Amino acid sequence: MLDALTLVTGVAALLLAAWCGWAAHRDQPTKDWHFIGMAVVSVLALVQLVIGVVALARGEKPAQGTTIFVAYLLGAFACVPAAGLMSLTERTRWGSVTVAASGVVLAVLQVRLYDIWGG
Amino acid sequence: MTTVEEKPAGTRLVSGPGMLLVWLYGVMVVGAVSRSAYQIATEFDRAPLAYSLSAVAGVVYGFITYSLVRGGETARRLALVCCAVELAGVLAVGTWTLVDPSAFPDATVWSKYGMGYVFVPVLLPLSAMYWLRRSRKQQPEAV
Repeated sequence: MLDALTLVTGVAALLLAAWCGWAAHRDQPTKDWHFIGMAVVSVLALVQLVIGVVALARGEKPAQGTTIFVAYLLGAFACVPAAGLMSLTERTRWGSVTVAASGVVLAVLQVRLYDIWGG
Repeated sequence: MTTVEEKPAGTRLVSGPGMLLVWLYGVMVVGAVSRSAYQIATEFDRAPLAYSLSAVAGVVYGFITYSLVRGGETARRLALVCCAVELAGVLAVGTWTLVDPSAFPDATVWSKYGMGYVFVPVLLPLSAMYWLRRSRKQQPEAV
């Protein structure tokens, strides 16, 4: 369950990165549709956080330690919303670049989460 | 958006590419600080040098992030100095880890020029220094 969600979130994050990268390429700021995309990715990360915590509560143990696992879950959840807020204050292509960067960072975090959970 | 308002006095550093830099530095702060805090708290004896260096890196990143957000000419200069320190640190630690791997039983943020972080640690100070220098040229009258 957690592995599948990690994969989906990672792919969604990369799609978001490509989408916002495209907006930046066309010299556009983030628009409403981009924010809906960010919301979708953020919800995926939130679901992942909840499922991860539930798995921990049921006594499952991440291969590389509980503290690191929770820290990465929180980081993954905060990643895209933080960049989204920053892109609200930066209404140029650079706001789009920032969100694109957050998508890439989130994808990297998902790879790490996969390792931390499964070894 | 109140934050978009231009401050009349001082150099505003968080605009355009500066926004991306703040974001990336923020990520590095969280990464380096949380990583070193965890490692120093739980397994400091295993690789004290590596973990201490990660902590130092986190502090440097934190200061640069704060300077960028704060803006102004003094902050710009201080950030520039810190970026130079950061670049020197990445190059020194990167070379050190290649020459003498035995000193580092575990990786630091700056090991192998930041390879574990997709070379972001070595690219970030270069782009930040470029941005900080350009910010001055745009506003030479800023105090």
